[in-house]
Amino acid sequence: MQLPNINKKRIITLLKEGKRLDQRKPYDIRDITIETGVSINAEGTSRVKIGKSEVIVGVKMDVQTPYTDHEDEGTMVTSMEFSPVAGERYEAGPPQMDSIEIARVVDRGIRESGFIDWKKLCIKSGEKVWSILIDIYCINDDGNILDASAIGAVAALKVAKFPVYNEETGKVKYGEFTENSLPLTEHLPITMSFYKIGDKLLFDPTRDEEDASEARITLSVSLFKKEKAINSMQKGGITSIKLNEMDEIIKESEKLYDILLPKIEKQIKAIKK
Amino acid sequence: MSYTKRLDKRKFDELRPIKAEVGIIPNADGSALFAFGKTIAIAAVYGPKPLHPQHMQEPDRGIIRCNYNMLPFSVTERAKPGPSRRSKEISMVTANALSSVVDLTRFPGTVIDVDILILQANASTRCAGINAAAMALAHAGVVMKEMVSSVSIGKIDDKIVADITKEEEDYHEGEGPTDIPFTLTSRTKEIVHLQLDGKIQTHRFAEAVECAKNACDKILDYQMRALKGEKINENE
Repeated sequence: MQLPNINKKRIITLLKEGKRLDQRKPYDIRDITIETGVSINAEGTSRVKIGKSEVIVGVKMDVQTPYTDHEDEGTMVTSMEFSPVAGERYEAGPPQMDSIEIARVVDRGIRESGFIDWKKLCIKSGEKVWSILIDIYCINDDGNILDASAIGAVAALKVAKFPVYNEETGKVKYGEFTENSLPLTEHLPITMSFYKIGDKLLFDPTRDEEDASEARITLSVSLFKKEKAINSMQKGGITSIKLNEMDEIIKESEKLYDILLPKIEKQIKAIKK
Repeated sequence: MSYTKRLDKRKFDELRPIKAEVGIIPNADGSALFAFGKTIAIAAVYGPKPLHPQHMQEPDRGIIRCNYNMLPFSVTERAKPGPSRRSKEISMVTANALSSVVDLTRFPGTVIDVDILILQANASTRCAGINAAAMALAHAGVVMKEMVSSVSIGKIDDKIVADITKEEEDYHEGEGPTDIPFTLTSRTKEIVHLQLDGKIQTHRFAEAVECAKNACDKILDYQMRALKGEKINENE
């Protein structure tokens, strides 16, 4: 068991020279792999690894009554849990604040981007709409689970297929799938988290780096009329972020978006379903 | 039809009428009320006091524990009582914001309880809550490195505005609504709380930051006046 303070000091000292424990540069990403179709009873699933971090994401669908102020739109609920298998620190029990935050931040990145065409999920306005239920489980935590969760959610949505639905009875036939994909648009959101350790910023932290950090900015970016737009943002942690650091984060996120989007799209396209 | 005039006729950088005062909860160590127009928040601070159960204590520092809650009738459609994932998240970002400006190493093993209650909601409830909570902390005599001030900056269609209302949050013409709650420190202008929902081009974010800085300066003035004992009420 590592002593956290010694690790933190090492990490900070290395960062002063722009170095990290695993030889990456501050904004380098670990290897990302995406698999889909990993759990066959779900409407869509994915398994994402970033370095040794690993999450499994499932999409289930249901037919529900719509919200009163969005009568012709589908709905979405996102949940997240750290399975106790993910690390020694995780115990069985209701989702803690870290899981709740990841679920809500991933949700908003997708919701606000326009990636899902909500109106096309309407079956009968005011009465029946499709509901998308995203469940994210971390099964190994080596840091940056938030970003891994976001990639997993997008991948699972991309491969998900509608289940068979009987319009007359109003019942879903679970376990039987159609060939129809979800109504997705080209506004694929990329969620990126920047962590502050001491007075240095870095991207894609390992568990040790995340433990050593005191503040985080997560932002989700998608294309809007061919320009990069921020759809959601959340600051975490108990120390402040300077305005010039915020500038740097926005600039780096634009560069990282250009690196991550093709990486993720290529991996998802390569998968046969 | 673009958003050229605000729905309530305010200027783009104008705040709603502010209400601010301290000492409203007699039992609390510190308390305050802060309102942006129809959004009213009260906050009470109890502590520093020993944290029980003991295993939750941090040996070298105190913790700030925040509970944000809304009255069920603070909103038009009754909100079920009890904590929700949203209220837990707001409690967390509020505690984080306040923790950034309090030297918690001065109170090891203790807790400062910050309780926020939204009496009436018309958007920006978390910002009103943070403003009230910061005032309550100062009123309680907790030493703070700086004051913090919070405001919701909006991008409504393509216009950057300060202190958005519920009606503006529901404005879906043009580029739609984007809600960006900021909390900044008073002197060093650092970010202790930041969230965003909507759509803003990366190259326009700096404009939102400028708007936030100016708005937070105005809010700081109200907070300091209230802490000096003034009962501010700009509502008709």
